[in-house]
Amino acid sequence: MTVQGSIQIVLLLAVLTAAAPLLGGYMARVFDGGTMRLTRVLGPVERGFYRVIRVDARQEQDWKAYARSLLVFSLLSWLALFLILRTQSVHPFNPSGFSAAPWDVTFNTSSSFVTNTNWQYYAGETTLSNFSQMAGLAVQNFLSAAVGIAVVVAVIRGISARSAKTLGNFWADMTRTVLYVLLPIAFVASIFFISQGMVQSLSPAKAFTSLEGVKQLITLGPVASQEAIKLLGTNGGGFFNVNSAMPFENPSGLTDFVSMFLLLLIPVSLPITFGRMVGARRQGWAIYGAMMIMLVVAIGIVYAAEGHGSVAQHLAGVNGGNFEGKETRFGIPSSSLFAAVTTVTSTGAVNAAMESLTGIGGAVPMANMMSGEVIFGGVGSGLYSMLLFVILAVFIAGLMVGRTPEFLGKKIAAREIKLTMVGTLATPLLILIASGIAIATTYGRRSIFNAGPQGFSETLYAYTSQANNNGSAFAGYTGFVQPNAPGNHGAFGITFADLLGGGTMMLARYLPILAVLAVAGALAGRRVSPAGPGTMRTDNGTFVVMLIGVILLVALLTFVPALLLGPIVQGLTNQVF
Amino acid sequence: MLRSIRKELLASLIAIVVLTLALGVAYPLVVTGIGQVVFPHAADGNQVKVNGQLVGSRLLGQSFEKPVLDRNGKARVDAAGNPVTTPDPRYFQSRPSGDKYNPSATAFSNAGPNGADTRDAIRGRADSYLALEQRYDRSLTRAAIPPDAVQTSASGVDPQISPANARIQAHRIAAVRHLPLSRVDRSIDDHTDGRGLGVLGEPGVNVLELNLALDKETSR
Repeated sequence: MTVQGSIQIVLLLAVLTAAAPLLGGYMARVFDGGTMRLTRVLGPVERGFYRVIRVDARQEQDWKAYARSLLVFSLLSWLALFLILRTQSVHPFNPSGFSAAPWDVTFNTSSSFVTNTNWQYYAGETTLSNFSQMAGLAVQNFLSAAVGIAVVVAVIRGISARSAKTLGNFWADMTRTVLYVLLPIAFVASIFFISQGMVQSLSPAKAFTSLEGVKQLITLGPVASQEAIKLLGTNGGGFFNVNSAMPFENPSGLTDFVSMFLLLLIPVSLPITFGRMVGARRQGWAIYGAMMIMLVVAIGIVYAAEGHGSVAQHLAGVNGGNFEGKETRFGIPSSSLFAAVTTVTSTGAVNAAMESLTGIGGAVPMANMMSGEVIFGGVGSGLYSMLLFVILAVFIAGLMVGRTPEFLGKKIAAREIKLTMVGTLATPLLILIASGIAIATTYGRRSIFNAGPQGFSETLYAYTSQANNNGSAFAGYTGFVQPNAPGNHGAFGITFADLLGGGTMMLARYLPILAVLAVAGALAGRRVSPAGPGTMRTDNGTFVVMLIGVILLVALLTFVPALLLGPIVQGLTNQVF
Repeated sequence: MLRSIRKELLASLIAIVVLTLALGVAYPLVVTGIGQVVFPHAADGNQVKVNGQLVGSRLLGQSFEKPVLDRNGKARVDAAGNPVTTPDPRYFQSRPSGDKYNPSATAFSNAGPNGADTRDAIRGRADSYLALEQRYDRSLTRAAIPPDAVQTSASGVDPQISPANARIQAHRIAAVRHLPLSRVDRSIDDHTDGRGLGVLGEPGVNVLELNLALDKETSR
């Protein structure tokens, strides 16, 4: 670890901690329906939109109505995206004349972008037209993020409500998120990114001849506009195949820092929003603290492991850090930091090859995701998943000291605990089942690239990432044989991997959403009992430790055997395979 | 129930059409417009031209290997039909690439950290690096090879090499181009991009610009 490397890490966390109360407070005002400077400008747009879609945004919805709106909207989003991608050849903005990817790959991609996962079996620059990227993928980058945030806002209302039956209005929450949070920040960020060298053009690729006479193409595209929302919405789907490692998508150390700032910005702010909306600011910071502690540990381990270098490199007699799959302008520190923050949030953008991380360096991103994406997590999804763990921690702590579990004055009853278990265990179960099937069948093994434990790690990573709606990959694992790959004539999907992954993403997104909305619905109607001397505090250090312990026990412990078989065995040995 | 679902379907349908037009067409077009007007050079990919000819981008690395010719002056090809190349000693060499420096189809090499093939690949690149540079820099040992010189980049089109890597190659460039080493070192300094705001990322030497500058200097 170097001094400069550590400075970057401290700087990033400090800037975020300063920004969290600002954006967190702002979002609390947005979701309380307050007026801000932006509402004066964009208010007419908002009201006009409700008129066009013919909904009354002031009409309160109970949890079932809220979930119904959300599911119908998501279903149609999926269909629209699938249709756009499959009919790619007839749309404009297709300078390279790409035809559509096979149906199975498109199934996976549509599921991936609607669920905020952005798992990519396709390679952007050799598969998708600019229209598919802009009107298909980037739109879902906005909307899937807005849906996630809408859910957590509904859940917060359920917790803060004073014996109400309703959670707000889905259309209002979704629209206000896009209009007042995502779009303004993404717009400013995209202009900044262009100024720093990110590409933004609709022109066809430019032919050039290199100094040694090799004829090649500079592929252009609407990169910066997509990049901004890819990060801000914790989506992570790159315009180019190598994502944020591509210099056109992440040109410098500065853009890299801003990228990491953007992808953490909303996830770090939402706990503060929560604290404001429930009227218990300390509670928001307590949750923030628990998340931050786990993030710092994760960063430290990856950085140390990568700085130490890989087994293969040492056996080849080469000293220094593990530079395999890393860019010069980011080096070991920024690559390690990025690997950690992109997997604690459900972003999944990468600025280095995750597959080439050292054994221990690769185990941490997996563990980050396996925690259920609650270490800040995805926009919205991170906090609502964390709140399920908070309820679980309150319940377990209540059992330990023999008190009725309650959170912010609301008693937690048996039904909520059952739903909480569904919400917290659905994802781990899906990971174990999907990666189990994939590793045990010949269909699943077709996707594997590397031999030995690394091949198992690829499989485990693939389904962990898809189930947690992250989207980063040990990219050797494939579901699509690319059209431009050397020696390959024509493109085809590996149907098994495409369908299993797509199904996993959908179930792991919508089961927890339904569970957490149901919990919120139940809590909304409950009366608040005043805090007394016997009330267990949930905003102090003891509870933070308790919360981290519950996450480690419930989410992470499930995967210790699997982690041992894959990345850890590689990290602890000096053998090659 | 059925009526309310129909209402939701209609609302969703209109919403998706409107939002696609706003977020998927208007937003990227407005950003493109602003980018093309205010930062045209950056928005078009920092293209580098020599005498009006496009030779690449400052953000895209390229290979500085030349084709190996057989006795008849024809380019040799390997068993797979790809041309055989060898490092051009007149130029600073870029990092190893997993996709042959093709900027229109980028790919990771996805080499595993404990792969026997990874070890062999790194060992082979270290041998080639020593074979190329040790003639000019006698003090160079295997243990002193900078890690970026023998391990593939992430993007496959990394435009930079580490300053340490450049300093080693400088001995060769100075000898081949008959320049004093201090001149080459100064050129390296001129084409080193520092950390962002002085602290962010790592410094790197832009190989294309450095090689172009050397070409300009020695042709004079």
